[in-house]
Amino acid sequence: MDTAVRPAQAETALLLNHRATRRRRLSRTGRIIGYALLVVAALALLLPFYWMVVSSLKTNNEVYTTPIQWVPKTVVWENYLDIWRKSHMVTWLKNTLILSVAVSALQVFTGSFAAYGFAKVRFPGRDLLFLAYIGTIAVPWQSYMIPQFILMSKLHLSNTLWSIIALQAFSAFGVFLMKQYYETIPNDLSEAARMDGMSEYGIWRRIMLPLSMPALASLTLLTFVNTWNDYLGPLLYLRDPSLWTIQIGLRSFINEYNAEYALIMTGSVLSVLPIALIFLVGQRYFIEGIATTGLKG
Amino acid sequence: MATLLPAPARRRRTVWRDTAVGWSFILPNFVGFAVLTLVPVLALFYLAFTNWNVFGLAEWTGPANFQRLMHDASFWTALRNTLYYTVFHIPLTMVASLGLALLLNRKLRGVAFFRTVAFFPYIAAIVATAQVWNMLFSPEYGPINHILHFFGFSGNPGWTVSADGSMPAVIIVGTWREMGYYMLIFLAGLQTIPGELYEAARMDGANAWHRFWTVTVPSLRPTTFFVTVMLTIGSFKVFDLILLLTNGGPGQSTLVLSQYIYQKGFQENQFGYASAISIVLFAICFLVTVVQFLVNKRRNA
Repeated sequence: MDTAVRPAQAETALLLNHRATRRRRLSRTGRIIGYALLVVAALALLLPFYWMVVSSLKTNNEVYTTPIQWVPKTVVWENYLDIWRKSHMVTWLKNTLILSVAVSALQVFTGSFAAYGFAKVRFPGRDLLFLAYIGTIAVPWQSYMIPQFILMSKLHLSNTLWSIIALQAFSAFGVFLMKQYYETIPNDLSEAARMDGMSEYGIWRRIMLPLSMPALASLTLLTFVNTWNDYLGPLLYLRDPSLWTIQIGLRSFINEYNAEYALIMTGSVLSVLPIALIFLVGQRYFIEGIATTGLKG
Repeated sequence: MATLLPAPARRRRTVWRDTAVGWSFILPNFVGFAVLTLVPVLALFYLAFTNWNVFGLAEWTGPANFQRLMHDASFWTALRNTLYYTVFHIPLTMVASLGLALLLNRKLRGVAFFRTVAFFPYIAAIVATAQVWNMLFSPEYGPINHILHFFGFSGNPGWTVSADGSMPAVIIVGTWREMGYYMLIFLAGLQTIPGELYEAARMDGANAWHRFWTVTVPSLRPTTFFVTVMLTIGSFKVFDLILLLTNGGPGQSTLVLSQYIYQKGFQENQFGYASAISIVLFAICFLVTVVQFLVNKRRNA
């Protein structure tokens, strides 16, 4: 500030300054309240996961005690050895992995392919067809699971891994997500390539696919996790224990060993762990994928 | 060569070409989509009027299934419970997810970490998380009642093992699971609101509460609409959560429509009757969505 300030001006300046500090102080209390709220929310959100991990490291008798042991007295790793002996975890994980990879690959291919048709090729009836796609997002699967089951049985797909692949790989969600993304890519690019005599398939493969890597990553990860976590599909379609996925396997394990709390928690940790790792690595893509589909409902 | 043709013929040819190319892109997905989604949805409307059973013997029975529904006490219980869940789950999730999004939209340290934490319940498998929640809710030894006692609450709610406590427990877990997802959508919506709007409101002397109602809420309207529709459908079709947390019990205290369809269809093999219940679920979701679209349109007009 100038040294040649008249007293009145200085006073105003002081007053303004004072008001500014007061606002800053208010915003500091606001920030503290904000942090406090976040910490409480985070604790509440994480409590189940904390309990899951801690219980898996206890002996069975220590899971339920009064007062509660928030930290295990001694860390017991045996559960993580026993679970492989007592369950068919390897088969379940193998089946789940096969399904998740196959479904993701198919969904990404058919989804991005169809999205190109919807976003970049103009033909009569296109928008109506897309509406039919979007419309089914509002139809709960639970309402047509019965006719679908009858159909799958007629096609001799039920009680095979193919049923889950068929169930998950052609969802409208993938088409929707990819279309949203393609529409952000300027048409000039494809026009220029068309002028150069590139076919539409060439444009999709050489221009659209490389440019839509983030969206493809989002779709892959979301589909993978969704297939990994699916409980209802395998519940209806996979009767044979050799076909069980981790979710259905864990559920039967819980029913069979219903008093082995520590072991049940160990299985739960193992079923969630791969997803947690994938999520931590690819977080950005999960969040962008959700944001893309949510923005233009 | 195409230039030699008269203009209308040329245009017709490109339209044909574009249609063929367009369909060729859509077809691989469309075949799967049509067979596994469109056909079953249409078949539903036939099945519901038959007495189709596990042997595949179907007789056209007209409205008999629906007449039976009218007098089926379990069906009404399931419908009532579904509404119970919906009426609490929608506003709770809405408030929680918007609140979290507003918190995270400020320039605080560690926001990315909290976003991760809040979203994680949504992608953690429901079999495992429902199991932990069941253990957390254990009336005698579970941590939740312990925490409640610690804060001076004297009762001992039975949660998932009591008729009164089971639905609140389901609602709590449902909200816990989904709020992170809707938070992300709200967050994406909040980030599209231009900062100048807030500046202008501040110039006009609006306080934080005022700015929320005059700037945030109107600007978020498209997002809120999307969230409401998704939440409504999601609530009416609630299924795996119930199946794993309470299995509809104790008694029928948490029996919901989806589960009743499952019971009649897959456990009792009454495909026709289960299809009639499915149509009710379908119709509710359809009607609610249409009404919400209309309300949204009128509000925007």
